[in-house]
Amino acid sequence: MAADVKKASVTNSAVKAPPRSRSDMSAIHEDTKGSKAVRIFLILLSVFFLFVMLVLPLLTVITEAFKKGFSAYLEAVTDADTISAVFLTLEATLIAVAINTVFGLFAAWAVTKFHFKGKKFLVTLIDLPVTVSPIIAGLIYVLTFGRQSFIYPYLEEMNFSVVYAVPGIILATVFVTFPFISREIIPVLEAQGTDEEEAAALMGAKGFTIFTKITLPHIKWALLYGIVLCAARAMGEFGAVSVLSGHLRGKTVTLPLHVEILFGDNKFMPAFAVSSILVVLAVIILVIRSVVEYIGKGKE
Amino acid sequence: MSKKKVRIIPGFGLSMGVTLAILSLVVLIPLASLVVFTAKMSFSEIIEVITRKRVLASFKVSLITAFVASAINAVMGVVLAWVLVRYEFPFKRLIDGMIELPFALPTAVAGISLTSLTADTGFVGRIFAKFGIQIAYTKIGITVALIFIGIPFVVRSVQPVLEKFDPQYEEAAGILGASRTKTFWKVILPELSPAIFTGFGLAFGRCLGEYGSVVFIAGNHPYETEITPLIIMSELQEYDYSSATAIALVMLATAFLILFLVNLIQIRNSKILKGGH
Repeated sequence: MAADVKKASVTNSAVKAPPRSRSDMSAIHEDTKGSKAVRIFLILLSVFFLFVMLVLPLLTVITEAFKKGFSAYLEAVTDADTISAVFLTLEATLIAVAINTVFGLFAAWAVTKFHFKGKKFLVTLIDLPVTVSPIIAGLIYVLTFGRQSFIYPYLEEMNFSVVYAVPGIILATVFVTFPFISREIIPVLEAQGTDEEEAAALMGAKGFTIFTKITLPHIKWALLYGIVLCAARAMGEFGAVSVLSGHLRGKTVTLPLHVEILFGDNKFMPAFAVSSILVVLAVIILVIRSVVEYIGKGKE
Repeated sequence: MSKKKVRIIPGFGLSMGVTLAILSLVVLIPLASLVVFTAKMSFSEIIEVITRKRVLASFKVSLITAFVASAINAVMGVVLAWVLVRYEFPFKRLIDGMIELPFALPTAVAGISLTSLTADTGFVGRIFAKFGIQIAYTKIGITVALIFIGIPFVVRSVQPVLEKFDPQYEEAAGILGASRTKTFWKVILPELSPAIFTGFGLAFGRCLGEYGSVVFIAGNHPYETEITPLIIMSELQEYDYSSATAIALVMLATAFLILFLVNLIQIRNSKILKGGH
């Protein structure tokens, strides 16, 4: 892509500019890249910055996790509290991804296939959760479902607690990842327009058929991309979950919270061992993300 | 565009219904309860809470560290975007993919890792300790954590603009006799500035609300290294919901103001991306 643009612009300027020899042209083109010293300096600066800020922290997690040997690492990772934290994290992540996928598909369909008043406002509302600090996200759920809320007595009657319980953790996770999937699908559907769906509808196709046969093939990579981003954020959410969790060991502790508890108890090696699980998951997600993006771009 | 009177595509009622139902449950009702709770408080009560010395000190800590971190990221973001778009070098794709790491890595993990790295006994902290500079448990530590969090924002907003940037302008500047430095400041930077400000604004907003990575490295000394989200957290732990809500309102107002400014800039930015009509 970028190379094409460059080539086109070079030929373009060759047409407009007064006649020049070929070597002259390439000299000017070379000039837009800057001097070699600057180039090397900027590359080294970037690599150094990313190494210190991103690679070193990752390496630290791994070296600290194995500081006391492999068996100590295994012991920390297979600890009962760790296992239950893994399952709670998986549960919250899966439910958040499921709810946000359903929401993302319906919202994207509503926003891109129809004209209605207040569309911009609706999109702003959908995007709102990511601009809110995670702590405030936790706070609004405490205010809604906590002891001072007017619905609290009804919740208590039903024996259903949200604050300091698993439903609260799941809700917080849904909230912080709320627009992740719709945000990826909406631009793709907007670019695609409504002609194909209209044609299908006029030929008598049902809504579900139109969606699976026409819309889904267009958005499948964007959808997958959104799911990956949503899963990444969901498994790592700390602030909002921390407000609603109550930190009951083995019950309402997710992996990031378990890391916090261990670190707070000065159990540094186990804290990093548990962190290493999350690091591995993060790296896997980054790889999937890159692959999805690469294939998705190729298909367009 | 003409307004359609008949909706040909089916599913408007269903998709709108599901969208509004989930939106209400997850976002609108909880936000409404914040409004309801605020309405119960008097104005003077809110002012009293947010002008407490400790709260004011936390605003200062949060604003300064978030600003410095975002400013550093603005500069490094332009450098990284420039290097990734203009130069070819080994492992470029890998480095490009790595930029997103702060989005994928849980903030708590980043927090404890940076803390142990920059503590006096840590790999990086030891070097700085020789010069009498302490990183972990100071404002510098908070800034480091926020730099980590904010890395992707400026890079990802500058990259697409730089990719679309027509080298003809630079060639013209070169032919007219401008030096590379002058071309960068006078030709390239003005074109990139909306994207830089957008990235800066998004990073700044995110940094102000950040909690997970900061609590570990901050040391959380009142007046010195206590950030605003942490104050809200401790008020919540003491069941003082009114104070927590009052402080949260200030944070929300700031966040929305930043978002509003970013949107203004983004409108200009998207014009540039579409070809600057």
